[in-house]
Amino acid sequence: MKLDTNTINKIAKLARIRLSEEEAKELLKDMNSILDWVEQLNEVNTDAVEPLANISSAILPQRKDEAQDINSTDEILKNSPDKLEGYFAVPKVVE
Amino acid sequence: MSNLVKGKKYQWETVIGLEIHAQVKSNSKLFSNSSTVFGSKPNSQVSLVDAAMPGMLPVINKYCIEQAVKTGIGLKAKINNYSVFDRKNYFYADLPQGYQISQYKYPIVGEGKVTIDFKDGSSKDIRIVRLHLEQDAGKSLHDQNPTKTYVDLNRSGVALMEIVSEPDIRSADEAGLYISKIRSILMYLDTCDGNMQEGSLRADVNISVRKPGDDYGTRCEIKNLNSIKFIKQAINYEVKRQIETLEEGGVIDQNTLLFNTSNGKTRPMRSKEEAHDYRYFPDPDLLPLEINQKDIDKLKISIPELPDDRKKRYVKDYSLSNYDASVLTADKSVSDYFDTVIKSDKSLQDSSKIVVNWITSELFSLLKDNNIEIYDSPVSPNHLGKLVNLIKANVISGKIAKDVLLEMFNSKEDPEIIIQKKGLKQVTDTSEIEIIVDEVLLNNKKMVEEYLSGKDKLLGFFIGQSMKKSKGKANPKILNDILKNKLSKKN
Repeated sequence: MKLDTNTINKIAKLARIRLSEEEAKELLKDMNSILDWVEQLNEVNTDAVEPLANISSAILPQRKDEAQDINSTDEILKNSPDKLEGYFAVPKVVE
Repeated sequence: MSNLVKGKKYQWETVIGLEIHAQVKSNSKLFSNSSTVFGSKPNSQVSLVDAAMPGMLPVINKYCIEQAVKTGIGLKAKINNYSVFDRKNYFYADLPQGYQISQYKYPIVGEGKVTIDFKDGSSKDIRIVRLHLEQDAGKSLHDQNPTKTYVDLNRSGVALMEIVSEPDIRSADEAGLYISKIRSILMYLDTCDGNMQEGSLRADVNISVRKPGDDYGTRCEIKNLNSIKFIKQAINYEVKRQIETLEEGGVIDQNTLLFNTSNGKTRPMRSKEEAHDYRYFPDPDLLPLEINQKDIDKLKISIPELPDDRKKRYVKDYSLSNYDASVLTADKSVSDYFDTVIKSDKSLQDSSKIVVNWITSELFSLLKDNNIEIYDSPVSPNHLGKLVNLIKANVISGKIAKDVLLEMFNSKEDPEIIIQKKGLKQVTDTSEIEIIVDEVLLNNKKMVEEYLSGKDKLLGFFIGQSMKKSKGKANPKILNDILKNKLSKKN
């Protein structure tokens, strides 16, 4: 599998990362070599193998349904550059 | 019943599938211990996990898993012993993680079905594809400021069940019945509060049209509808739009639409050039969810009587019609009320229809006028049962009973006490009624002559006059008999 510049740019857009042409070229080279490396796995026949969701053999830890009153407003907004009356204020996003 | 929609040129069939998002009823969120209470101060219930601070790890809420399993059982669905949480990646201001934890390939619940009932007594099964658990997003306010969107993350991370139907629905009405039925099942199970106004239950609707017998047409998806009325409106508008487009030789673009509730129209969402590419992959922070059969069986035992079972019981034990029984059982609190009335006295078992009528007509209208829910009804089930027995025993007439019910509603008093206090007891003593009738006939000699010469309609007048004289207390049947008898003797 080989990536082209279009795919690199699409991935960058989905990840909200702006790339210069130069950077895109570099990344194309890097990512293709990573893919080449991973492609070695194709030598193994996995037809009858279920995809693995996690390599750990531990069991999913579960918690009780207990709610804590945290009154988090001030703390949670601390890093926000813009806020109003307890809300985060962000550039308008309208669908 | 034909569901075909007439266009200008052809008949069209509507094909609808629903994705219902139901908020799980739980104290804390799906992966964090912050509270789920609705309407709290903005951002006051946001833990570091919900805000996606670096290094925070999700830990699943056991109760939310149980709620999803119970719902699966209620939808007669297959419970999967193995399911996986995936990341659904997208950017939005009210999704701090940059991905929603959801389930993609391996949902917790598989195929099931839901039965909807029609007025004509028939019913239809709608197949369920799956139910999966996922996180809710925060809430965005777009209309407060011309350049800003305000974000409240209190809802962020609350557990949702997404219930996906097969495209088995064929009309707006069926869609309405389907979502009502799902809502009813969830409320019986107590797995979702069913509050559509607060957004605890909302739906995405997939719609396409086709000529009967053709393959499915291209579908559009209307996002985020939160009332049954809007769902029906949106479907009817969209079906009309698609038919018009196709009959004019156009094509339907597969689009995500928004429904404008103020003008009743749908419009495409703006960001369509960036076709969604969610890049699902298993969330490395969460191990697969394994549920053993023993735990599922334990939950099965805890499932209460569901609307369909109740409906069957009502049809069988109280010989109600399928449709009446389905209306009565749709709302658990109404059905509970009915059950309590019937159980309050053995003799009421045979009067179930009278009880239903008194609940669904008289009591409902009083409750509605005063904006009271049936579980807060000032008329207790016990008292309503007594009232019905008093009518049956001819102590009061049905007409007087309405006044008594109103008094019961206002004073919360026992109907027997009200009847005694106000002297409303029905007159069944024939001699007393005879005196009244004689008087009425004597005072209306001319009318009597007219009646005897063939004006049969005047019987109603005599009944009315006599009833008035008795202050509504004369037993209508006895009064009727006496009047007819006396009039025929005059002939």
